[in-house]
Amino acid sequence: MTWLLVMIGAAVGAPLRYLTDQRVRARYATPIPGGTFLVNVVGSLALGLLTGAALAGAAGSRWQALLGTGLCGALTTYSTFSYETLHLAETHHRRLAVANVVATLLVGLAAAFAGAALGRALWG
Amino acid sequence: MPDPHHPTTDGPDPEPSPAPDSGPAPDPHPAPDPHPDWGSVSGLGPGVAPDTDRPGAAGARAAAPGAPPPAEPPPPVAPHGARAAGEPAPLPPFLGRPRAGTRWRVLAVVAAGGALGASARYGAGLLWPTEPDAFPWTTLGVNVVGCALIGVFLVVLQEAWQAPPLVRPFVATGVLGGFTTFSTYAVDVERLVHDGEVTTALGYLALTPLAALTAVWGAAAGTDRLLAGRRAPA
Repeated sequence: MTWLLVMIGAAVGAPLRYLTDQRVRARYATPIPGGTFLVNVVGSLALGLLTGAALAGAAGSRWQALLGTGLCGALTTYSTFSYETLHLAETHHRRLAVANVVATLLVGLAAAFAGAALGRALWG
Repeated sequence: MPDPHHPTTDGPDPEPSPAPDSGPAPDPHPAPDPHPDWGSVSGLGPGVAPDTDRPGAAGARAAAPGAPPPAEPPPPVAPHGARAAGEPAPLPPFLGRPRAGTRWRVLAVVAAGGALGASARYGAGLLWPTEPDAFPWTTLGVNVVGCALIGVFLVVLQEAWQAPPLVRPFVATGVLGGFTTFSTYAVDVERLVHDGEVTTALGYLALTPLAALTAVWGAAAGTDRLLAGRRAPA
């Protein structure tokens, strides 16, 4: 059952990531992988919120499987982030590669911290 | 994912008819380079979309109405690995919106792949559970393995395997994208900090990107070398 919830969440999260990336690319012609950045930040914020809610007892394990492990887990990605960074570095965009890592880590973590704080405040 | 409506095609966008190449301006490339650069590859997600219009195909189509071939001469047959040493690659081209049917099929395989990948990640968590205040080795392992696999996969796709168009979105965007996770990483760091495990948090914070980038780089470079060795004359 839990397994199924994870799959359902992921079956929504992964296409959302794909669509976001496509949209961002369509709008901005830049080598910066903004779509991946965006989904990672939004997913971290959402998972932070959910975790805050879960700690407060407001989100049970099923919600965590569906929205956390499934949706947020599949919405965000480390493999694409890494590969895009490598690609930047190998195509003479080394500074952008470094910036991509720094920005993703900083903003992604800030989003997770903010989401968790908000979750605790709302449901704690 | 078989589509009952198109039982015979193996991809969302059957190769465009060869006609474009026989236009008034003969294509200097006998076969449009399917791998102009890593750009299209890196666009995992979107690069994917383009399966409709893989760079080569798109170029051919754009040229169809009789436009002269691109001004710059074709690069000398790029030996694989050339990209590493190579010229600045063009930015990933945004290649128009895929046809509606194609788009749905890409979304479907991305969803299916994502479900598979996330299940595998969930399974790894069940096999190797992490204590709340412990170093999240399982998530680290999942992310590093996923990064190594995407490095291998995309280089193989780039240099050695003309895969059907849906393969890349399924594997790279779907399975590996769903398998690896950034949000769990970020929230685990937060949780460790919140629980007072600051040293563990900092270690995890730093080790994951280092290991992930090393994995993707090592896997891509290693695969590149292997393929190069295979192709080199004995």
